[in-house]
Amino acid sequence: MTLLQIDAAEKTYATAEGPLPVLRGVDLRLDRGETLALTGESGSGKSTLMHLAGALDVVDAGRVLIAGQDVAGLGDAGRAALRRDRVGLVFQQFNLIPSLTVAQNIAFQARLAGRFDADWAADLAQRLGLSDLGTRYPEQLSGGQQQRVAIARAIAARPALILADEPTGNLDEATGDAVLDLLQSLVAETGAALMMVTHSPRLAARLDRRLHLSHGQLAAT
Amino acid sequence: MIRHALSGLIAHWRRHPGQLATLMTGLALATALWSGVQAINAEARSAYDRAAATLGQDQLARLTGAAGGAVEAETYVALRRAGVEVSPVITGVLRLGDQRLRIWGYDPLTIPQAAAPRVTPGDEGQGQIDLAAFLTEPGLLLVAEGTVLNDLPPGFPGLQVSGDVPPGSAFTDIATAGRLLQTSDPTYLLVAPDHSGTLPGDTGLRLEPPRSGEDIGRLTDSFHLNLTAFGLLAFAVGLFIVHGAIGLATEQRRTGIRTLRALGVPLRAVLGALALELAVIAVLAGAAGLILGYLIAGLLMPGVAGTLQGLYGADVPGTLRFSPEWAALAGGMTLAGAAMAGAQAFARIAAMPLLQPAQPRAWAVASGRGMARQGLAALALGLVALAILGLGDGLVAGFAFLAALLLASAIALPVVLSWLLGRISRLSWGVRAEWMLADARQQMPSLSLALMALLLALAANIGVSTMVGSFRVTFIGWLDQRLAAEIYVTTASPAEAEATRRYLEGRAEAVLPNVWAETDLFGRPADIYGIVDHPTYRDHWPLLSATPDVWDAVARGTGALVNEQTARRETLSLGDPLPIAPDVTLPVVGIYSDYGNPNGQAIIALDLFRALYPEVEILRFGLRVPPEQVDAVTAGLREEVGLPVDAVVNQAQVKAFSIGVFERTFQITGALNVLTLAVAGFAIWTSLLTLANMRLPQVAPVWAQGMTRRVLARMELGRAVLLAGLTFLLSVPVGLALAWALLAVVNVEAFGWRLPMRLFPGDWLGLLALALVAALIAAAFPARRLARLGPDRLLRVFANDR
Repeated sequence: MTLLQIDAAEKTYATAEGPLPVLRGVDLRLDRGETLALTGESGSGKSTLMHLAGALDVVDAGRVLIAGQDVAGLGDAGRAALRRDRVGLVFQQFNLIPSLTVAQNIAFQARLAGRFDADWAADLAQRLGLSDLGTRYPEQLSGGQQQRVAIARAIAARPALILADEPTGNLDEATGDAVLDLLQSLVAETGAALMMVTHSPRLAARLDRRLHLSHGQLAAT
Repeated sequence: MIRHALSGLIAHWRRHPGQLATLMTGLALATALWSGVQAINAEARSAYDRAAATLGQDQLARLTGAAGGAVEAETYVALRRAGVEVSPVITGVLRLGDQRLRIWGYDPLTIPQAAAPRVTPGDEGQGQIDLAAFLTEPGLLLVAEGTVLNDLPPGFPGLQVSGDVPPGSAFTDIATAGRLLQTSDPTYLLVAPDHSGTLPGDTGLRLEPPRSGEDIGRLTDSFHLNLTAFGLLAFAVGLFIVHGAIGLATEQRRTGIRTLRALGVPLRAVLGALALELAVIAVLAGAAGLILGYLIAGLLMPGVAGTLQGLYGADVPGTLRFSPEWAALAGGMTLAGAAMAGAQAFARIAAMPLLQPAQPRAWAVASGRGMARQGLAALALGLVALAILGLGDGLVAGFAFLAALLLASAIALPVVLSWLLGRISRLSWGVRAEWMLADARQQMPSLSLALMALLLALAANIGVSTMVGSFRVTFIGWLDQRLAAEIYVTTASPAEAEATRRYLEGRAEAVLPNVWAETDLFGRPADIYGIVDHPTYRDHWPLLSATPDVWDAVARGTGALVNEQTARRETLSLGDPLPIAPDVTLPVVGIYSDYGNPNGQAIIALDLFRALYPEVEILRFGLRVPPEQVDAVTAGLREEVGLPVDAVVNQAQVKAFSIGVFERTFQITGALNVLTLAVAGFAIWTSLLTLANMRLPQVAPVWAQGMTRRVLARMELGRAVLLAGLTFLLSVPVGLALAWALLAVVNVEAFGWRLPMRLFPGDWLGLLALALVAALIAAAFPARRLARLGPDRLLRVFANDR
């Protein structure tokens, strides 16, 4: 069953030097339970594609369907609901909410979506080694700990689609491997689809499928 | 080097013009309110000096009647014949419809040179004064520029403008003054400065030393101190804005400063450039503030003049003159204020390690770490306030207590608010509210200065309005007691008084003489009143404390009443001796409230009064008349006795006049209250606007996880309202403490009376609504911007990932 469908997506940014086309007719499909690595050089449009896939932004042309819903046809509230209910996001810079504790950060999106399961959140925290850090604030954590909180947060709401933008980019190789192990096992357990942006061919090779984005266009590798 | 550093730093303002505007507006507002208040004070003090100098009162001794009354014309003639160099002056207030004009009549032929106004007729160089017109009927009134008198009766003297006459006054020949004021007896006699001999001892006159402007200045000190305190409060509130703006700018310029230093610019040059930049900004903002302050002072001046007239009888013009000294002083305050506000930021730059990265959030976080220290500082200041209250004495100690109390409250505010938000968030509110509360708590360091400003403004508002409200309620109740008579009559002569008495026989239930003599009590000016024994006094007089047989003792002439001011000043209790006259001392049998009177006062039996002051005529009366007869008796006194309209007034008119004076008295306070609140509102607005630019990293992840921008914007509004509401709640006890201090400490020191404290929760609700609306307005623009923020702006937060 196709969870994410992107057809002929185009996106252009306005810059001081004039319009800058970032995506030029991208097609992509991601099925439930599937994992996909997205690679590409800096500035190739990987993050833009992730933002479109996560209903954070809308295409200039083409279409993006998440669980069959056309993102462009939804208003701001509809897109927010789609993100809340269907999408889990993991950012390279973690982007945790600084005013909330670790436990509150993990629970935040699940509670927003009305699907908070305290046992599941506790289980996640334990498996990610966060059980003792529940009352700490993000600024009191190391980079690796923050990334694990971000992963727990993304999975706590049991989203159908998990989008991870270089989740190991700020981590050393060993920690990065451990984080990916956890991510993969949790994704497999929840039956979600995973799309992960990475610069690392080694990590990309561990996922089911691998696509390379270059000059705004996708190619299978 | 400084020039190069400056050119590198100054670019910041081109990129952040709003921040520059905030900084300049804060400085300009602080300068405006401070300098405006100082301009008012300077103008009033100069008016006191001018008034005191009128006809040489500040240089020459004078002779008055023994009871402070007029000198009989025959006595004056006898003194002149005996070779005593004295010159007569007749002064009094002339009522022309609604207008009042103080008449100063002098004898141009005998007035000592030291007292002669520069406009004295016949002086060389003053040929424009027509001596013949001045000395002969109908006479000539020399008035201040801008004096306009309407509906002058036939035969009224001509008017001529002269720059030497104080506003609201007129100089004229003594004969003209006597005719206008219907008297032939001089009010007092000026004694020539070179008169060295002793004055004849059998005249019964009293020699008074020269008066200075300090006399009225002392009386009004508390009022001006009050204004200064308000000005300082507004200045401090403005400096909060400046401090916040400089702090933020410094933080945002860390990278630039670090780069400059890395390129070889010494720290001293960087600090020099920053100081120079701040000085230029302060000078420009100070100039704008001076203009604004002058305009504000000009707008407030008529209200202040009304206040000073109402409270102290001081004549102050309702207009303002520009003074270079005032401008220089205000400019100095602006520079000092800017230096104070910038000191912390400069210290941080001086202590900043060369390689420390720029972290805009670090500013707020570092401030957050200081919370505990801040709490301790607030506690220490609170203890200082209590110590001042326990150990200090006098008006300055009263204001020092208020300053320490307000400062302690302001410093404690972020700590208390943070604690309160933490407690509230523990209740189950749902995930959105939980985030909003946590977010509000995290923003506390960035918002604390603005909230402190709001707390000070709200507390000042509650404190002052509670004081004024308590005063109003007490004053109106007191008027009801004190003004028991239905009609008040003023006659011009003993003959008219006798005609009035005859007319009232059988028409009035009682005719109560209202008679007093000006004298001294414990070496200070005071009035002694004589009263008859009548139930009006027994039933209505506002006694604060009394012996059981108070009225019998007064009626027998074996006891006296004193007003609260005298009792407090001289620490008099019931039974203490009160020296009424050189050889007459009576025990105090009652103490009564006497609001609005700056002088001492005592009341004795009329018979004793007449024995002590036989020369004082009884010309005023309070009439007890059945209510249904009031109109008929009033009409009869005017038509049959021939009393002028304004000589017969009923109780309602007197009350309305008194309440009108009261309301004018507090006009200036109300205006300053509103201005301080407005400055605090501006402080919140600028803080929220500044914060809005720094908040995207906190807001973007929440949006990404499924909260709409509209909901986020609503939460921005909710947060502002919540913080303003909590600040208001905390300002209530501070405001009440302020009101208590004003009523129980400052008023007692300044005026000599203590008022009961009344609470006005209805007014607080109004103020709460105002605070919430101000917070909503302040948050509306940043919230609207957030609601309309494009996703691309929010996505930039994650841009590092691209």
